[in-house]
Amino acid sequence: MTTIDTTTDPAGFHHGIVPEVLHEQPASKPVKFYQVGSFAVGNRLLPLEVRSVQSDPNRTNSLTSGHRACQGCGEALGARYALDAAMHAADGKIVAVNATGCLEVFSTPYPETSWRVAWLHSLFGNAPAVASGVAAAYKAMGRSDVRVVAQGGDGGTVDIGFGCLSGMFERNDDVLYICYDNEAYMNTGIQRSGATPPAARTATTQAVGEDPGNTFGQGKDLPRIAMAHEIPYVATASVADLRDLAAQDHRAMSMRGARYIHVMVPCPLGWGTASGDTIKVARLATQSGIFPVFEAEYGEVVASSPIRRQVPVEDYLKGQKRFAHLFSPTRRQDVIDRMQAQADRNIRRYNLLPTAGATETKAQD
Amino acid sequence: MRTQIEGSLAVAQAVAACRPQVICAYPISPQTHIVEGLSAIVKRGELPGCEYLNVESEFAAMSGAIGASAAGARSYTATASQGLLYMVEAVYNASGLGLPIVMTVANRAIGAPINIWNDHTDSMSQRDSGWIQLYAETNQEAVDLHVQAFRIAEELSLPVMVCMDGFILTHAVEEVDVPEAADVARFLPPFEPRQVLDPANPVSIGAMVGPEAFTEVRYLAHERQMQALDLIPAVAAEFQAVFGRDSGGLLHTYEIEDAETVVIALGSVLGTIKDVVDERRARGEKIGVLGITSFRPFPLKAVEAAIGNAKRFVCLEKAFSVGIGGIVSSHVRMAMSSHPIKNYTVVAGLGGRPILKTSLNDMLDQATTDSLEPLTFLDLDTDLVEREIARNRAERRSGPAAENMLRDLGAPAP
Repeated sequence: MTTIDTTTDPAGFHHGIVPEVLHEQPASKPVKFYQVGSFAVGNRLLPLEVRSVQSDPNRTNSLTSGHRACQGCGEALGARYALDAAMHAADGKIVAVNATGCLEVFSTPYPETSWRVAWLHSLFGNAPAVASGVAAAYKAMGRSDVRVVAQGGDGGTVDIGFGCLSGMFERNDDVLYICYDNEAYMNTGIQRSGATPPAARTATTQAVGEDPGNTFGQGKDLPRIAMAHEIPYVATASVADLRDLAAQDHRAMSMRGARYIHVMVPCPLGWGTASGDTIKVARLATQSGIFPVFEAEYGEVVASSPIRRQVPVEDYLKGQKRFAHLFSPTRRQDVIDRMQAQADRNIRRYNLLPTAGATETKAQD
Repeated sequence: MRTQIEGSLAVAQAVAACRPQVICAYPISPQTHIVEGLSAIVKRGELPGCEYLNVESEFAAMSGAIGASAAGARSYTATASQGLLYMVEAVYNASGLGLPIVMTVANRAIGAPINIWNDHTDSMSQRDSGWIQLYAETNQEAVDLHVQAFRIAEELSLPVMVCMDGFILTHAVEEVDVPEAADVARFLPPFEPRQVLDPANPVSIGAMVGPEAFTEVRYLAHERQMQALDLIPAVAAEFQAVFGRDSGGLLHTYEIEDAETVVIALGSVLGTIKDVVDERRARGEKIGVLGITSFRPFPLKAVEAAIGNAKRFVCLEKAFSVGIGGIVSSHVRMAMSSHPIKNYTVVAGLGGRPILKTSLNDMLDQATTDSLEPLTFLDLDTDLVEREIARNRAERRSGPAAENMLRDLGAPAP
């Protein structure tokens, strides 16, 4: 594996200047000891040096206990792993900038805070620009040791914060931006965002009328938009594979310039799932192909996480109340087929079934 | 060093002399020359330890300044007009967080109709944003106010807006004594933040505050502006000790001691008003001028002390509150609430309309005889307005008002 040294020239490979070598392996090394039923990785079977940050009793607990997230919150879980990994990679020298949203609200009800990192919240739509300012300040002060992480939900990232995010990408500012995507505005009560999937029921795309739920043919794929900026690193991740998330975080932190990680974080409240099923739902998303996990460097996909046991998209949809109208009172096979087609396209596009030759799968009746 | 220089470039040099560490830049007329000047200074390597961020919007410019300031860097940006409005959410956020950012506002009208020329509608719209607002009368004062602004901002941990008239000041070339970095260093100590993002001592900044403490947080913002009423004159006095110039402070008076009529204004129009007052004084009229430098905080007591003996005041304003009238005049009436005097609001210079001595003299002839309307729009083309009102009454689809009136004038937009 080759590491690209961009520390001396963070912008050196940016914007069409193609690096000689990209990473040839995914950030996360395969672990053979996962439990067959859950794919959970048993840290105790691994050598000490490759155990996860979370298994370290001295981990930072960047987002520590006592916060007010809902039971089973995927965002709280993702944020803790992401920030702890970043803290680990940066020797504890992290400044986190947070967009307005669930993560901000549940973590800092005055006068309490769950953050054990230096943390700044400004507005809903400006976290990337605030982070650019923080990074510029540390650069001006000659503090290259302090690293900047910005984070927000999908609304704060793909919608209201998009202009600032694109600007931060375009300038290749030295910021790792992490989007926790739960596919709607959950903090305000589950309204549609630009990341809400088609057919999903939200408070502003209700399960009524001839075509209930969110409209097909809308929404944006921010990881691919991020790639189009040709920034050093773009990755997608899932709370179903927290080890991979931490590994991607470490890889991102090994690089300089604008980096983006898009984490799928199920929301029990918004998705209508049991709070104990967050990981299960997230895993069905990756194993169906509806949420592809991949890494890209300088605009090129360099690795993707293969599907271990493919499931039809229906398995992912049917456990969520936001898609209940696809199954009852009348089954909407047409919609389910369109969703399966999206998963199949992801499988082709990111080579998620390499051994099977990326053949398309049909939804099971 | 005294030099013939454009106002914007003089401000750029003065800001550079204050050693900012992060400058966020986004172009908008008539502010653009300031950030262009700073760009060249940074790019030439004359400002080591300064990062110059070319951002994608004014919203990002203020947001970048927020991040930089919270990280402990002296932060600066500049804007005008639509740009100021575009960043409003972040403007309030900067003051709410108590971050000592300094921003130049090159005053310009707000659309629609779009208009690039000078008035005060932009910064006046932000009078309740929690920022300190200082208005410059001349380019020399604009330059000096920037140096003082960093000092005031960092002492109080509050952001400061330095307002200077777009084009009239920003694009005027005249002699300015631009402060030297060495002198500024004697006046302005390095930035020592009251709150800072520090990984070694992590704090959370920007937490959610509910009814239990929100009033107290807002009250403290007011209390700090009240502190500024003492600090602003003290900083001006120290500035005078180092630089030898009487610049800044809460307000300036001119020929006011025995004045029966006091004309009150902000910014560059004070020069024209002083010329008119000189002429009227020469004819024996007891008339004087009050220039308000600090509009936020508003110096109620200082204003009352300055015009307490007058019989009347005339507020000449380059902005107004649609639906009620004068903005500055309502403040001055509040200052005079214990012994009210006759007063007049004169809205003038909107969208760059020249404020002429003849018009001022005609208006003052009426004011001094108390025959002026309480709210007067100087040089208003009444015929033009009446024709549009008639059109509105005559037909339902009367069309866009601005375009109708331009057609009536037979003149395209300049």
